[in-house]
Amino acid sequence: MAVNTDKNSYTVIFAAVMVVIVGSLLAFFASSLSEKIQENERLEKQQNILYAMGVNDNVDEGSVNFVSTDKVADEFKKYIKEQLVIEGDKITKDDNAYLIDLKKQETEAKAGKTRKLPLFIGEKDGSKYYIIPMRGKGLWDAIWGFVALDNNLVVKGVYFDHKGETPGLGANIKQRYFMDDFTGESILNGTEYAGIEVAKGNNDPTNEIKDDNEVDALAGATITGNGLSTMIKESVKLYKSYLESIRAKN
Amino acid sequence: MALLSKKDTSLILDPLADNNPITIQVLGICSALAITAELKASIVMALSVMFVLGMGNVVISLMRNIIPSKIRIIVQLVVVAALVIMVDQVLKAFAYELSKTLSVFVGLIITNCIIMGRFEAFALANGPWRSFLDGIGNSAGYGLILIIIGFFRELLGSGTLLGFKVLGDPIEKTGLYAIGYENNGFMLLSPMALIVVGLIIWVQRSRNKALIEEN
Repeated sequence: MAVNTDKNSYTVIFAAVMVVIVGSLLAFFASSLSEKIQENERLEKQQNILYAMGVNDNVDEGSVNFVSTDKVADEFKKYIKEQLVIEGDKITKDDNAYLIDLKKQETEAKAGKTRKLPLFIGEKDGSKYYIIPMRGKGLWDAIWGFVALDNNLVVKGVYFDHKGETPGLGANIKQRYFMDDFTGESILNGTEYAGIEVAKGNNDPTNEIKDDNEVDALAGATITGNGLSTMIKESVKLYKSYLESIRAKN
Repeated sequence: MALLSKKDTSLILDPLADNNPITIQVLGICSALAITAELKASIVMALSVMFVLGMGNVVISLMRNIIPSKIRIIVQLVVVAALVIMVDQVLKAFAYELSKTLSVFVGLIITNCIIMGRFEAFALANGPWRSFLDGIGNSAGYGLILIIIGFFRELLGSGTLLGFKVLGDPIEKTGLYAIGYENNGFMLLSPMALIVVGLIIWVQRSRNKALIEEN
């Protein structure tokens, strides 16, 4: 049986059939797996938040190890005491605050609505952790993270992640040596909410000076680093009024 | 009967050296520059391309007699994109950690010219088994170069291999760094990947003069 594959009618029919087959195949995959994927993403968020407050399975100096997925739900309940949603002056408690989509809130804020700002309060060994989720732009795509602060607004731990930064360069924001540098830095410079700068030409590569609002940048990842600095600065501004109230309580 | 005839063996071995997709055909250069700053990324990329090219070649080869020639490029694109997305979804559901490592590469796999090149040049004219071997061979040749570049860029740029500090600690000044060695930060930038590719091409052609084109 020889089919004349050059005929226009054949071409059109072939294209139509192909689109239908491939489309339904992909739709089938997407819908049958979406529940599992969402569950994975939910657990990952919990792992990230716990990581920022220092609840993790890190064994050595080099690698990042989260609490394992089968334990994370229990650990999350145990360590995260309160989840708040800040909407202007109104603060409400919401146990699903960690599921708030920051990107969606950002677009809604642009449309003039009041932005919902989630904040998590954790407690470990008697001290409190205020964990701020943030989101910004790297070189290629979105970057995001969680920054855990203590009562004096000093960083206790961070977790950063990215969607598509360059492997070996910008992607290193999620490496231990980079994230560990933030611990001990204050987001305050005097009384100004300065955030933390990812600084090139910083004379402190081992990060011993903790009051300079600076951490050492990553070689070859200037734009990712700048994006990270901006992200921290902007997010700290958003939470300013709540952070003031923490300081006032002290 | 041997599993692979002599002709089949050459399908796998030729792209490793004398018909290498990167150094001879100069395909797939963009991803060779983009992701070779560390060895691990090179290896992951090599394996992903091997999978997609092997599978894709078989699918295209099975369809080769019914694909209308006017829209064959579109059909090839649809096949690659669908394959990559399906794999990505399955990984996201069952191997979430792995899929996070791969996420950056998904777009790069779809646009890799080696894949379209092999579909067009080989799979459209050959049977599935031979096409599969051709896919494996070409992606192995591609992966080999990627791994060589990744090895040198990570070693000279960061002083590490697969994340292990093989040359000592640059900040604590141990190992090689104790005698004044410094990492070459330039190796981390894409232009140096191009120069490394150039060096590989130089070495290869000076060892095998038959590869030098006449001008």
